[in-house]
Amino acid sequence: MTDFSGFAIALIQASGDHGAGGHGQVDFMGALFVFMLATFIGLMAIQRVSRLLHTPLMSLTNAISAIAVVGSIIVSADKDAPVVVTALGLVAIFCSVTNIVSGFLITDRMLKMFKKREGAGK
Amino acid sequence: MSAETLVQLLYLVATGLFILSLRWMSSPETARRGVFAGVGAMALAVAGTLAGVAAGGGTHYLWILLAFLVGTGVGYPLAMVPLTAVPQRTALSHAFGGLAAGLVGTAKFVLYYGQGNAAALAPYVVIALVAEILLGYLTFTGSLMAAGKLQEVHWIPQRPVTYPGQNMLNMGMMVVAVALGAALVGNPLAPWAPAAFLAVIVLSLVFGVMLILPIGGADMPTVISILNAYAGLSAVAMGFVLNNKLLITAGALDGSSGLILSIIMCKAMNRSFANVLFGAFGQAQPAVAGGEAKVYKADTPESAAQVLAQAELVVIVPGYGMAVAQAQHRVRELYDQLKKRGVAVKFAIHPVAGRMPGHMNVLLAEAEIPYDDLVEMDTINPDLPHADVALIIGANDVVNPAARTDKGSPIYGMPIIDADKARTVYAIKRSKNPGFAGIDNELYFLDKTFMLFGDAKAVVGELAKQLAGESGMH
Repeated sequence: MTDFSGFAIALIQASGDHGAGGHGQVDFMGALFVFMLATFIGLMAIQRVSRLLHTPLMSLTNAISAIAVVGSIIVSADKDAPVVVTALGLVAIFCSVTNIVSGFLITDRMLKMFKKREGAGK
Repeated sequence: MSAETLVQLLYLVATGLFILSLRWMSSPETARRGVFAGVGAMALAVAGTLAGVAAGGGTHYLWILLAFLVGTGVGYPLAMVPLTAVPQRTALSHAFGGLAAGLVGTAKFVLYYGQGNAAALAPYVVIALVAEILLGYLTFTGSLMAAGKLQEVHWIPQRPVTYPGQNMLNMGMMVVAVALGAALVGNPLAPWAPAAFLAVIVLSLVFGVMLILPIGGADMPTVISILNAYAGLSAVAMGFVLNNKLLITAGALDGSSGLILSIIMCKAMNRSFANVLFGAFGQAQPAVAGGEAKVYKADTPESAAQVLAQAELVVIVPGYGMAVAQAQHRVRELYDQLKKRGVAVKFAIHPVAGRMPGHMNVLLAEAEIPYDDLVEMDTINPDLPHADVALIIGANDVVNPAARTDKGSPIYGMPIIDADKARTVYAIKRSKNPGFAGIDNELYFLDKTFMLFGDAKAVVGELAKQLAGESGMH
């Protein structure tokens, strides 16, 4: 668990920079830190995933990477953007939501099927 | 509390939940909790984004709602596909993920270029934009190709397509795309910038197709994992463009998952990334001249059922053939019949059996075979010398002893399931053709091996029926 608390501290420090706003160099470095730390967290968490569950894992991470919906909404809702930008953003929302819905649903559908041997205790 | 602080706090909680979501995937007992955590995180992320957008005077809410509804309408049926179609569904969703990233990157460039916004197009933003575009669009077409191959769409070649200079051409395209991207970093507002940007898009779209053309079915588990990593990294790049740490974190989690799965798949085939992507596995081997004609010993389900009934330990080795024949429910019947007779039954799961990581486990779980009996290759191999019968259902290369002995074999060095060490081997095979790698499997010619030719579903069903009938007579 110590790995995770270190990450949390770094994340809080990094997001503290956000108030500066804009596209300053400081934000970029903060973002790089977050990227590196999140990658290590990801590698450690994924290494512990049971090999039984690699297919559901992939559909779950599919759904998680549909976090692109956040960027898609930001682009689509921009009131100063030309129509073509809004349209691109809306298609991106469609793609991401498709992944969110199908990714989480099929992951749960698969996980429900994994059962222990009867009598093996629950 | 300002709206911006609220948004960032929501994102922070969402990030934590995403991490927990992956942690809970460590065991089947907590895994469903992981899905709920993921859904909660996504809901918070969307809520936070909408709150932030509303505070900044956003618009187009009805259109956004419509996009959500259409996405849900398409996503729901995609979640209900038969489990044998999960590999192509997964590839398709990598395609959607890549496209979303590519489109957002394109939209941002169009917006900033149109505004002549030099501050927004700072060098590092353009680097991130180019990375997002490259990864997003190549993941899009590459994954579509992979999905098409997995679905066996008739106009997409199943066998690897290779031609002279293929790798040079592909690398050349990538070099040109990266060079154009580098030129854009220095001059994002140049008059030629939109044309260069468009060229990068087209190159990466074409590159995605070209990258998957030479890759065959047996390499799909690795390729799907690599595309998974690319889809994650394109979300990371989007996070750098939009200065959004939630995107970076979630994308990095996805990217590291794809990376680890790719490494596991490569190790399970004793090959490197480069070899998978550029090696064009599965080309016909030069025929070995002068070898004596080898003969299969075919057997009937009746006598195979008798041998199975006498066994103490039966190890079943499933492969892609079981998935193609949709035989998993018949396998369950056979499992039940054997268990009823007090025969111990284990399943030996090779990491690359099937068309995506973990494919066999999901199919067998669907047939309600308890996961305690699904055993990884490294754990089951020491047991195989004690097994009375190894029953191979539609697997081929993962049990080919040539991987241990034949230095000339394309699968030499690949770790295999030691089916040849069992006392008796039964192999169910659709036809007498060699397996995917186009190589003969010595296992089938051993003295202790008997072949059961036919559709896996029919043969396994017949075995189960024979066992049920026999127990009725006693």
